[in-house]
Amino acid sequence: MFAAASLKSSFTEIGERFKTDNPGTSVAFSFAGSSDLVTELTNGATADVFASADTKNMDKATQAGLLAGEPVNFASNTLVIAVAAGDPKKIGSFADLNRPGLSVVVCAPQVPCGAATQRVEDATGIRLNPVSEESSVTDVLNKITSGQADAGLVYVTDARGAGDKVTTVPFPEAAGAVNTYPIAVLKRSANSEVAHKFVDLVTGEAGQKILAQAGFAKP
Amino acid sequence: MSQPAGLPRWIYLPAAVGVLFVALPLVAIAAKVQWPQFFSLITSESSRTALLLSLRTAAASTTLCLLLGVPMALVLARSEGWLVRLVRPFVLLPLVLPPVVGGIALLYTFGRLGLIGQYLDAAGIRIAFSTTAVVLAQTFVSLPFLVIALEGAARSAGDRYEMVATTLGARPTTVWWRVSLPLLAPGLVSGAVLAFARALGEFGATLTFAGSRQGVTRTLPLEIYLERESDADAAVALSLLLVAVGAVVVLAVGVGRLRDE
Repeated sequence: MFAAASLKSSFTEIGERFKTDNPGTSVAFSFAGSSDLVTELTNGATADVFASADTKNMDKATQAGLLAGEPVNFASNTLVIAVAAGDPKKIGSFADLNRPGLSVVVCAPQVPCGAATQRVEDATGIRLNPVSEESSVTDVLNKITSGQADAGLVYVTDARGAGDKVTTVPFPEAAGAVNTYPIAVLKRSANSEVAHKFVDLVTGEAGQKILAQAGFAKP
Repeated sequence: MSQPAGLPRWIYLPAAVGVLFVALPLVAIAAKVQWPQFFSLITSESSRTALLLSLRTAAASTTLCLLLGVPMALVLARSEGWLVRLVRPFVLLPLVLPPVVGGIALLYTFGRLGLIGQYLDAAGIRIAFSTTAVVLAQTFVSLPFLVIALEGAARSAGDRYEMVATTLGARPTTVWWRVSLPLLAPGLVSGAVLAFARALGEFGATLTFAGSRQGVTRTLPLEIYLERESDADAAVALSLLLVAVGAVVVLAVGVGRLRDE
């Protein structure tokens, strides 16, 4: 299974569930950035299932002729503001991020979380002045948990994964930049029957419950 | 081609495989480059800014390496004290450390809440997310390269000339400037070039410690990593540019060596 890095904890749990439901099967995951995974797949890597963190990278897989069928959207993720535990800088809104003296970290526009950030900026007309544009959402989160920066834009699920090390500040403007997660069985799958079963588990009630616990919303 | 004495003929086969193993990936990059767009790809504003930042920071960190590394190498080569022998492995540790580990270590030293960083921050000095952070990260990873190259040179040069100079009445500082340093000049040059090349390629520690912002902390390797996400052609073109810069540096050392011989 090739899955986006942000799916790590929930897909690991779903994988355990799958093994109990289907004795004798084994599930192995490769978690990485969605665009890295597409690059690996187009360069000949074999996998049974691909779950992307955005539709753009799934489209790339479709265009490369890698999919065995239509992709299905199974979850969505929204941006939140992550700040140090307890929100010492009293950040309450997206506009607060432009307060002078505040160091803000975001994802670079080239990666999905950065593209979402840019959509929020475009929608609100507020241009952020970040001290750094990281290449992954975990890098943004690390800058907050290590105290290097005051605030950052991350996904709801990543912030939840960091537990009480960060406080999250939801903001209404994020609704305009929701990331949809599609999943699909791959053409090169050696065992497409099992692969379809796994996709069914993810899109089914049990899988959706696990995803909801991690903070994912319905697609 | 003449057969060097004492070298079995079969040894050329694994040697050739080794050369191919190193050279083929470079050929593959060159083959993958979209040559018609190559020039426009490497001269885009973000690429130029990144290259310039890389050259500037690598030059700064090489200078820092020379200021700190030359004395370090000489002390390590000449002193027999137990403290020096104890410290030596630690000095060379960044050589075998994954750069990302170096970055984390630097973060907890010079970062805003770090061991030293918290006092610097209180004094109004912010290192995180600045070009200074890039230079510190590069110096951390490249310093051992300079030290190890120079230490070897100092050991093989021996200290006979220094002894003679001292018995002739020269003071230690005079001996240092007039005898030790000129003797070590070749080792110094190759050590500095190695440190420069290593600084130019620094990625992990910079990404972890300094962040990534155009013109401030986004050096060429970071730019390549980011471009790879959206524009593979640009990433390949920039990679080739970095290979070319690296090749110039390595060739410069090679030519220097040949001249010495």
